[in-house]
Amino acid sequence: MTDTPVETRKAARSQWWDVWDQFKSHKGAMLGAIFFVIILFGVLIGPLLWPYDATTIDIRSRNQGPSWGHPMGTDQLGRDTFARVMIGGRVSLAVGLTAMFIALVLGTFIGVLAGYFKRLDGILMRTTDLFLALPLLPLLLVVIMLFRETLSARFGPEGGIFILMVSAIGITSWMQTARIVRGDVLSLKEREFVLAARSIGTPNRRMITRHVLPNVLSPIMVSATLGIATAIITESSLSFLGLGFPPDFPTWGRLLRDGTDFLQQYPERAIWPGLMISLTVLGVNYMGDGLRDALDPRIRGR
Amino acid sequence: MLDDPLKPLVQVDNLKMHFPIYGGLLRRRVGEVKAVDGISFEIKEGETLGLVGESGCGKSTVGRALLRLYELTDGTVKIDDYDIAHASPEKLRKMRPTMQMIFQDPQASLNPRMTVGEIIAEPLREHLKMTKLEREDRVGDLMDQVGLNRDFAKRYSHEFSGGQRQRIGIARALALSPKFIVCDEPIAALDVSIQAQVVNLLEELQETMGLTYLFISHDLSMVRHIADRVAVMYLGRIVELAPRDDIYSEPLHPYTKALLSAVPEPDPSIESKVERVILTGDVPSPSNPPRGCNFCTRCPAVMDICKREEPTFREVLPGRFVSCHHYNDVDEIAVKATAEDL
Repeated sequence: MTDTPVETRKAARSQWWDVWDQFKSHKGAMLGAIFFVIILFGVLIGPLLWPYDATTIDIRSRNQGPSWGHPMGTDQLGRDTFARVMIGGRVSLAVGLTAMFIALVLGTFIGVLAGYFKRLDGILMRTTDLFLALPLLPLLLVVIMLFRETLSARFGPEGGIFILMVSAIGITSWMQTARIVRGDVLSLKEREFVLAARSIGTPNRRMITRHVLPNVLSPIMVSATLGIATAIITESSLSFLGLGFPPDFPTWGRLLRDGTDFLQQYPERAIWPGLMISLTVLGVNYMGDGLRDALDPRIRGR
Repeated sequence: MLDDPLKPLVQVDNLKMHFPIYGGLLRRRVGEVKAVDGISFEIKEGETLGLVGESGCGKSTVGRALLRLYELTDGTVKIDDYDIAHASPEKLRKMRPTMQMIFQDPQASLNPRMTVGEIIAEPLREHLKMTKLEREDRVGDLMDQVGLNRDFAKRYSHEFSGGQRQRIGIARALALSPKFIVCDEPIAALDVSIQAQVVNLLEELQETMGLTYLFISHDLSMVRHIADRVAVMYLGRIVELAPRDDIYSEPLHPYTKALLSAVPEPDPSIESKVERVILTGDVPSPSNPPRGCNFCTRCPAVMDICKREEPTFREVLPGRFVSCHHYNDVDEIAVKATAEDL
């Protein structure tokens, strides 16, 4: 029975099911993913359901502690902190994800080019060193000072700042990814399967997409998850320094900054947004860890 | 020979492969490693040429240079009357299907992120226009041909044993029905029991598909089993090239003698009588080879002329090429006499 050649094609089980099975077996990753999804839905849907608006000023109920009506209390103008944290999360997450994506694409692109094409290596890596040597925070401040007005006029105050923030963070945080990817590409290039592909006649373009990129996925995933965290934190520090979004526009970083003024009297006001940042970053990191393992066929099924 | 029905499929003439060494503060070129330093040979259609030599003598470099995985320093390589060494990238790509390679380490030569089916299908995707179904069928046929279960196509290479992985590598090399295959130590990383299986498979395929092999190995008994002719390399040069039976029964070059005397003899009573030629010293650096004959620093029968002049590689007996000053007078009797002396 088993010796007869099987003529029927078995419906191939998609390898994404294997990936999902492996991901599920990673407890930390599942926990991180659940946290991240809860936070994501919370900031997207939460403001629609919550009765308080993030910008409504109710001066009579200001500086309240946590209660059933205001689970995270209110600020010095009587605005509901819970509503502000939810609205702020939208911007922080959007900035974090988009900036990470830009940094990742840029870093991977430069890393692969530098590692694969020997001729480009020197110039690209010196550029990377140059960017690494720049003091980033002052640079960001200058960039924001210079372009804030023009972009705000073009895309509206919030849209303009968003574009500015995302691109500024993106183009100043690709360097680690580029370095890691370059190193990995350099070692991959000497592996025999790349030589085998060359003896087949695979052109460079497909050599990169088929053989190099899938094998540098692990370091890219790691720097992606770390990148989200760094981007959220950078946005927070910019807002904290007062150069991010307009003052009445809540983000986690802005809430944190506002909270520090009252750190002595009402410490919870700084703790809430800080907690959200930490939870998101932690969740994303664990998720990335699990995803990296799940995408590696060698680890899968162990 | 004009009356020879087999025409040479591979013609290598004065192949040189030098790798630059960069050093110093400004990373300037300070020298070069002469991995392959002017070798010439031919492989006839349907023939297996064994290429043997110790580690680092340039065997693998020859194999890779033949398929132009390296840019040659000098010389020409003609495969199927087509000059590989100077072809443009597009022409070279079109030539790729006629020549393929089987690699030494079956683990490293398979992309860990691709399934077996994808690995074997890669040459098909690159060179032939096939629908997905046709490709799957062809992959299945190839897997049958090398003795792998078709159902394994969806699995990843790490799930297989060494011998099975090497079969995957062979299936990939066969995918485009090549004429010429370079086997770069295909059995060195395998268990002895598996080595025999893989070698038998290679021989079977040669019979059914009329393949031509360049079989690179340091395993002399395996080469004796599979090769029709054998070339012995030392320090980037071929020192002796002869039909298999001749070279094993009566080696001419002192290095070949030393190499063959190192092959273990299974019978202990004969083993105790065999006189080993033991070479002293190390192989000189290929970046700074000795003057004269490359082997003069270790040769047990070294003469004065060896340290001054490079011996030429020439035919001393019909079909037997040697590069050694001992055979300067091409006289059959003299050759025999010297061979017995040494």
